[in-house]
This record gives sequence, structure tokens and C-alpha cells, in this order.
Amino acid sequence: MNRRTLLSTVAAATLVTATLGTPAAAQDDPVKVGFIYVGPIGDGGWTYEHNKARLAVEEHFGDKVETVYQESVPEGADAERAITQMALSGADLIFTTSFGYMDPTVNVAAKFPDVKFEHATGFKRADNVAVYSARFYEGRAIQGHIAGKMTETNKIGYIASFPIPEVIRGINSAYIHAKKANPDVEFSIIWAYTWFDPAKESDAARALIENGADVILQHTDSTAPQAAAQEAGDVITFGQASDMAEYAPMPRVSSIIDDWAPYYIQRVEAVIDGTWESTDTWDGIGPGMVGIGEISDAVPEDVKAEALALKDSIANGEYHPFTGPLNKQDGTVWLAEGETAPDGDLLGMDFYVEGLSGDIPN
Amino acid sequence: MDLSSINPALLIASIMISATPILLAALGEMVVEKAGVLNLGVEGMMITGAVVGFATAVSTGSPTLGFMAAALASAVLSLSFGLLTQVMLSNQVATGLGLTLVGLGLSSLIGKPYEGMKSPTLPKLDIPLLGDIPVLGRMLFSHDAMVYISLLLVLAVWAFLKYTRAGLILRAVGESHDAAHALGYKVVRIRLMAIFFGGACAGLGGAYLSLVRVPQWTEGMTSGAGWIALAIVVFASWRAGRVLIGAYLFGGVTVLQLNLQAAGARVPVEILSMSPYLITILVLVIISARGVHGAPASLGRPFHASS
Repeated sequence: MNRRTLLSTVAAATLVTATLGTPAAAQDDPVKVGFIYVGPIGDGGWTYEHNKARLAVEEHFGDKVETVYQESVPEGADAERAITQMALSGADLIFTTSFGYMDPTVNVAAKFPDVKFEHATGFKRADNVAVYSARFYEGRAIQGHIAGKMTETNKIGYIASFPIPEVIRGINSAYIHAKKANPDVEFSIIWAYTWFDPAKESDAARALIENGADVILQHTDSTAPQAAAQEAGDVITFGQASDMAEYAPMPRVSSIIDDWAPYYIQRVEAVIDGTWESTDTWDGIGPGMVGIGEISDAVPEDVKAEALALKDSIANGEYHPFTGPLNKQDGTVWLAEGETAPDGDLLGMDFYVEGLSGDIPN
Repeated sequence: MDLSSINPALLIASIMISATPILLAALGEMVVEKAGVLNLGVEGMMITGAVVGFATAVSTGSPTLGFMAAALASAVLSLSFGLLTQVMLSNQVATGLGLTLVGLGLSSLIGKPYEGMKSPTLPKLDIPLLGDIPVLGRMLFSHDAMVYISLLLVLAVWAFLKYTRAGLILRAVGESHDAAHALGYKVVRIRLMAIFFGGACAGLGGAYLSLVRVPQWTEGMTSGAGWIALAIVVFASWRAGRVLIGAYLFGGVTVLQLNLQAAGARVPVEILSMSPYLITILVLVIISARGVHGAPASLGRPFHASS
């Protein structure tokens, strides 16, 4: 029954599009670009940056595109409904901007072969599903270095969201570089199991601070941990996904900024030109997809200089944040001396590097 | 496992802060339900309180005014629910859900200019003598005024419902609005007052989130706290004292699990993260197994004087 209703709806929708579309060969119609967001656009972090890029797309193309978005779409079954609805409403290109939309995106894409889909941070592709992500771990390396140099309690708190490769990569990268800067450093990791819940994020930050951490790294989307750190006083943080400059110079001493605008513009352009293909994009600091927010004056000059040098060497490809010798948490060898991690290892990362304590929940 | 890094004094203090918003909202909702009205709009009222309280505190520089404005704004918003359900007899469940949606939308509209701003927060009270007691002082007697106000409010609601005539009338309205009506009580008016009180409490809870607990304004920042408050009312079987226990238990387990993670406890994280919900469900099962629910008999039923 359900399927039949759906099919007829789809058929009707296709018919309507076909009838309406034929006369002008869809030439003058603006390209409709849809965005599915995991949080509200005012989160000040992840979704905020995606939306900023959406606005950049609108500004760049003017009348040639029309954008639609839906915010706070839960990951999971409901996402499939939201994406389907967007495809039914005539979107030509849909960006689904969170890891948890991976399977829903692939499922919906199978039903709408003429609609193009772009899924952020995932790894499942199809003819009409491209994936894109940023090498945030490059930014994490810089954060880790600053954190290791700045901590006085030698305890660094990390608010992780979900145990997925992207988050684990961030933890490992930050840890490796913090350890290099300060061999006594220890990481406390809290899995918050949410991307966005300001109250919980702030509780998590507080719990870490009360347990002795004086540096808080976050992989959740809101600015709540910044506010908690500010209240506590002598604690430093880093902006996540967005600059979060309103918390500079203390507690926010630097940040990772996601800059999606050039990519989005390029992909929309490809749809307009008819050259869109399913691709796999994974860019870092070099191409500008990952930006490092200004390092504030709270960081001593020499540490700042080291951090910037590290950034440059990553950007021009001289240095890879995962360069051997590196062991896995259980002591087995992962990368030999001088060897750098292949992308396949990074994309599926499900282990901690040696030195981190605790287990990754699964 | 090294749990020595958890400081019990700080832990209890965090739990009290974490539990206060849901305690306030749940307490208000309990009074509303005691009067026989089911208002599912707690989330919407909370977030309205959060944004109005924050905006007022930022523009006036006074968190106290912020709390007052938050209570008033949410109470007025809840009156729209009252008007629809009590006077126009609309469906309470649907209207309550609508109220949540309206609150979420309205708050992001009002809140746009306030994103990323800082507000003055409530000062920690410096209670003489009590605050100087070694561990207990830090644990219990060095909070901001709202923590104590919320506790006093629990006491006041309990005494009101148990010992006053007005409380008896409110309960009568919730148990059997027809009987109360036959006795000459103004059912609709009493219910509207209860709804107003519930809205004010939810507003205070929301403002506590944005002014003290987080403290900042972020869109959608309540993220489900209102629904937890609703669950706690059931959990508490409509008793003020148990609302307090429920809110502190939920807040406590939430904060405790984060602290255990931070301290590196060797307990699977999945279980820790689930624990607040698991324990809530467990207690609900135990309560219902005892067969005493205590739900007001007229809960959610529409009333019209002509029927």
C-alpha cells in the first residue's frame, strides 16, 4: 500500500516535471539545490558553516540557482523522509551534510537517478552520489601541538561526538602532536553521543575541567563548551568547524574553520554545465577546505610560530600528520619509520594510537 | 580505574546545576497536570524562556530581570495554549505539540541577533557560615539564587497542594472537573491559572539554561529538556517531592556518567550514555508494577460547563 502510494506519487511528480520541463528544455529554470542540516543554522559551528556556504552559492549564481534547506534533521530513518521530500520537490542537487545521512542518502539516490546527491564525510558512493569531506585531522594536528605546549596540568579534555572514523582520526591526530610537544600529556575523552546539545556539551566540558583538564578540544557543534571554559577561567579551547571568534582571545586560542563555499560553488557549476560526476573529494589545509583560525595572543609567540610552521608544512605537503613510526593502542605496528598513512586506513580508522587510554565504543 | 580525580563536592555542585532547569519545568508541568490539563508544549515554553531571558539580561545587564521576563513571556505564551484548549476546546495534545513548534520557531527568530553574545550571569551566593563549612559549603551552599529558589518552589508547591484550600480545589478540578463545577468552582479559570504558573516555571527553567548552565544563547539549545521534564512528571507520579528526586536523579546520572568518562572509568561508554534513560525507565517500571500511578482522573479531558 505504502509503496504503491509512493510510486504513484513519484510517477505523478515525474510527469508534472516532464510536462512543465519540456517547453523551455529546463534551460531557464534555476537549478534547485537542497541542503540537509543536522543542527540549526544558528549553532555557531558545523551547520552554520554549511549554511554560510549555501549563501555563498546563492550570491555567486544569483538567479541561476534556487536553494532550499531543512535544518535539525535527525540522523536515521527520518532523514530518508526529509531527503525524499526534497528530491520530490524538484531539487537537482542535494547536499546531505552529516555522516549519519549516509545510508538514507544512498537509499533515496537509488530512487531518484536523475537527482544528484553529495554526502559529506561518508564513504558510500553511487553513480549519482558523490562524497566530500575535509581533512580536519590536519587542523587537529595543529591544535594538538598548541594544546601540548599550553597545558599545565598535562591533562587535555576531548569532547567526542560519535565513534566514527572522522572523530577517531581527530583524536589520534591531536594526541600524536600533543604528545610530541609534551611527552607527559594525557587525554580524557568523553563520548557525548550527540552532535548538538548545548547543555550536555557544557556539562561535558565542566566534567573534564573538574577532572583536571585545562585544555578542551571539542568535536561537537555548538559553542557551549567555550562558554563553560570561559566561566572556569584558566582553560583554553579551540573553535570547532567555525571560527567561534567571539570567544577569542581566551578561552578560544585558535580554531578549525570549514570552508565549503568553493566546493559547493564548483559542484553547482558542474550541474549547470552538465559535467557533474560522482566524485570523491577529500581536501585539507592546502586547497583551503580546512582553515586555521587566527591564533590568539594568549598563545606565546614561539608556540604560535611553531604551530604556523606546522600548518605550512602540512599545507605544502611536506609533512603528513600521520607519519610513522606509529603503533596502535595495543602496541602492534601501524606505520613504520617514515611511512605515511594511506587514505584507506584513515577513512576506516577504528583504533586509537599507542598511548591513548580507554576503549572506543562501538 | 582511577576515580580519585572526581571531586565529590564539585560533582554534587554540578548535579544541582544540571538538574535545576528540568526541575523547574517539571514542577510547573506537574501543577498543570494536577489541574487536569496536559500541556505538551513544555519544550516550546522553555526555549522561549531561554531566549527572552537571555535577550533581556543582555539588554538590561540584569540576570534577575532576565529571569522575570522569561517567566512572564513563557507564561503569556502558555496562555495562548490555555485559551485554545480551555475556551475553544481544542485538542490538548495537538495544541501542546503546536506550542512546542511555535516556541522553537519564535525563539530562533528572537534569538538571531543574540547569537554569540555574552550575558551577565547570576552571581554565586556567598552564604555566611554555611558557605564556609569545608566540603559541604562548596557542595551545597555556594550556588546561585535560582538553585535555592527552585528548591523552595518545590516545598511551596508541595505545601500548597497538600495543606491549602486552594490546593485542594486545584486537585479537585484535576480529579473530576464535573464535580468541581457542580460545587461552583470556576474550572476554566483555575486551569488557566495553573497553565500560567506552568508556563512561568518552564520559562524560568529555560532561562536557567541560557543564563547559568550553558550560559549563552544557541538556537534549539533546550534540545529535548522539555520532554524529559514531561517524563519526570509521570516518573514522580504527580508528587512535588518525587519531581525533585526525579530531576536530581536524571541530572545526577547524566553528570555522573560524563564524570566517569572524564576520569577514565573502565565501564563501556554505551552503558554510561544510556544510563540516565535506563534508570528512568527502570524506576517507571517499578512504580507501575506497584500499581499506584496517581494520574489525575480528568487529565487531558476537555471541559465545558454545558456538558
